[in-house]
Amino acid sequence: MDLSAISATLLVASLMVAATPILLAALGELIVEKAGVLNLGVEGMMITGAICGFATAVETGNPVLGFAAAALGGAMLSLVFGVLTQIFLSNQVATGLALTLFGLGLSSLLGQGYVGIKPPSTARLDLGPLSDLPFVGRVVFGHDWVVYLSLFLVVATWYFLRRTRAGLKLRAVGESHHAAHALGLKVRAVRLCAIAFGGAMAGLGGAYLSLVRVPQWTEGMTAGAGWIALAIVVFSSWRPGGVLLGAYLFGGVTVLQLNLQAAGVALPVEYLSMSPYLITIAVLVVMSARGSKRSLGAPADLGKQFHATH
Amino acid sequence: MSLLLDLHGLTKAYPGVVANDDVSFEIARGQVHALLGENGAGKSTLVKMIYGLVRPDAGRMILDGDAHAPDSPLAARDAGVAMVFQHFSLFDALDVAENIALGMSDPSPMRDLAQRIRTVSRDYGLPLDPGRIVGDLSAGERQRVEIVRCLLQSPRLLIMDEPTSVLTPQEVEILFATLRKLAAEGTAILYISHKLEEIRALCDAATILRLGRVVGRCDPRDASASELAEMMVGSALAAPARPAHEPGETVLEVTDLSLPPAHAFGTPLRGIGFTLSKGEVLGIGGVAGNGQDELLAALSGERLSPPGSVRMGGRDLSRLAPEARRKLGLLAAPEERLGHAAAPDMSLTENALLSGHIRKGLARRGFIDWSKARHFARDVIAAFDVRTPNESVAARALSGGNLQKFVIGREILQAPDILVVNQPTWGVDASAAAAIRQALLDLAQGGAAVIVISQDLDELMEISDRFAALNEGRLSAPVPAASLDVERIGLMLGGAHDLEVAHDTGDGAGIFERTKMKQAAR
Repeated sequence: MDLSAISATLLVASLMVAATPILLAALGELIVEKAGVLNLGVEGMMITGAICGFATAVETGNPVLGFAAAALGGAMLSLVFGVLTQIFLSNQVATGLALTLFGLGLSSLLGQGYVGIKPPSTARLDLGPLSDLPFVGRVVFGHDWVVYLSLFLVVATWYFLRRTRAGLKLRAVGESHHAAHALGLKVRAVRLCAIAFGGAMAGLGGAYLSLVRVPQWTEGMTAGAGWIALAIVVFSSWRPGGVLLGAYLFGGVTVLQLNLQAAGVALPVEYLSMSPYLITIAVLVVMSARGSKRSLGAPADLGKQFHATH
Repeated sequence: MSLLLDLHGLTKAYPGVVANDDVSFEIARGQVHALLGENGAGKSTLVKMIYGLVRPDAGRMILDGDAHAPDSPLAARDAGVAMVFQHFSLFDALDVAENIALGMSDPSPMRDLAQRIRTVSRDYGLPLDPGRIVGDLSAGERQRVEIVRCLLQSPRLLIMDEPTSVLTPQEVEILFATLRKLAAEGTAILYISHKLEEIRALCDAATILRLGRVVGRCDPRDASASELAEMMVGSALAAPARPAHEPGETVLEVTDLSLPPAHAFGTPLRGIGFTLSKGEVLGIGGVAGNGQDELLAALSGERLSPPGSVRMGGRDLSRLAPEARRKLGLLAAPEERLGHAAAPDMSLTENALLSGHIRKGLARRGFIDWSKARHFARDVIAAFDVRTPNESVAARALSGGNLQKFVIGREILQAPDILVVNQPTWGVDASAAAAIRQALLDLAQGGAAVIVISQDLDELMEISDRFAALNEGRLSAPVPAASLDVERIGLMLGGAHDLEVAHDTGDGAGIFERTKMKQAAR
């Protein structure tokens, strides 16, 4: 094996690309869960976003429009979940799982005419001399705009949750919907908005896969990225910074195992491919063994049904 | 005093029940107005209408000369109405300042808010640190958060829904001082409670509700507690009858029962010993958190104790699980109704089955006899006047008092030889409480031995034959209740080993004062 074939520059740069879809989806799910809703349909919303974005970008030739369509598609699909769970009070876990299955089927249907087509490419931002710097230029200043958007959204999410009144209300709704209702907050409306935001973010993440990372359309191409996004939210203890860390860690392991495979490490491919998942499980076990539910930071009313009783 | 709020003909009906029927009364500025009534009398619905959570079907409200018809709590707050809820409307994971900001219509920026919280809370004698996480606060401190949240909005009308049910006597004193100060500044206070002594000590007007209607108005300072109770209940309350009897043979022997605390905030049990004889009611008093829950768990079998520490009729129970103890005739009803004594989301039948299946033979060879179980649940409902549409209703749907009657009744109808109950009448209205006490006495009359753990000294004085006090996990030697006076009990609660401390800190003395107040009320 030849480890020198692995270039640190390319490794870090591709790590950021690999992490971006799950970072986007996980940030969305973070907001959803902070509002007290457990949407297990991330995978379905991601793949729906992937095909909506892909199809729109191919038809219009404009990847930006593609991303917008992906966000819209993800949000629309998430609102199916929102209406079912918030207005018809269906079970969140069952509805979320159904949403995943529905999204996978819907995307296959929509994507029938798009297999094997190459989408218009999303250009790297040219930051002039900055991009020409050694290492840093390639790693920090050599990406497409979605990578920067995702990083900006990490900060924006943190600011929203910690520093704004709307963010405080969202956290309050997730913490105790009865208390929030008694204080006159609109629990359902807050949750529907959060769900739609989560769907839009998952859609963006999916479109990043189909338009930039892969880039082409195949059925089931998200391959579990939505589930990883869900795990990362827990891993992060419901903090935006933790989501960034988790997503990059995960992206890093994914990229590293690809590189190791390419370098011919004498380990069966299967072990390397399962390593990110094993690490996720290990981290989750360690985290929950370490503290109670509260110190983990889980919203107290996560996944609970809200029915105003007056 | 000038008129602040005028309620006229308020009516609100829910499917199957009229919660408020043509309710009218007036509240003046600076008045502390009591709203009295039993559970289910419609007090909560009425204040929810004033606070904009519920809209009346008919009637009108006039606040300070203007029509008051809030469609949300926000509108009510803007009109100068603030409310402290019975069940705290707080968010555990958020800090004090964030909790307060959430309840305000236009909060100032966080830094100014923290400063204002400090100032206001100090001015009213309710010190609060705005940066602390609410989940770490005691019940009394949590209530302060709610009160300060209201005070920051300088309300014209402050509604308090059963504010003292979770407070220690000292905290009640602080609360009353704050409320009197507020009233003196011109704020009207609508005070909901069914604790008559408190109302007599605090309020200067009272409206009494029964089954959604106004049945009386009075000045509580001039009325006796029993007059108020009679108006609330609609009939005179009979004090439980307790005929004298000779002590029977010893049925339960507890010797040197010591247990480490079950969790970080628990109390250890330290060398507890007592005997209990047939037909006897042993009352165990003490301030909350001195080992009551732990003692019940050790007796019921939830926690196993050192061999030989709990013996029933010569047989060692200390290593037996609850089911085995039930089989032998030792039953228990814990304090926490929802989640400990009853499974909230299961039906009354299922809840009856859970504790009664052994002694009532409700399951055979692992299969449930549903018709028998339903019968048993119906028997409990009928015998203890549990108000519920039927036995398939979820335990959660019952009011606290009704569920308590069900939980106690379920154990009593299993004909225990020994029954241990913790806080049997906590949060229960006067007539239900009297019924529960009478049932416990009847059980003892029938030859069973009963242990009543309670923080209500009047209750213990009323029904126990012997009395013992729990203090920091130690139990005093039981003494005949008839020989006790309030002073002696106060000293016992403070712990015989540190009498002076108890007096200095006002720990025992606080209860003692409060009991005196209650006695004076009689």
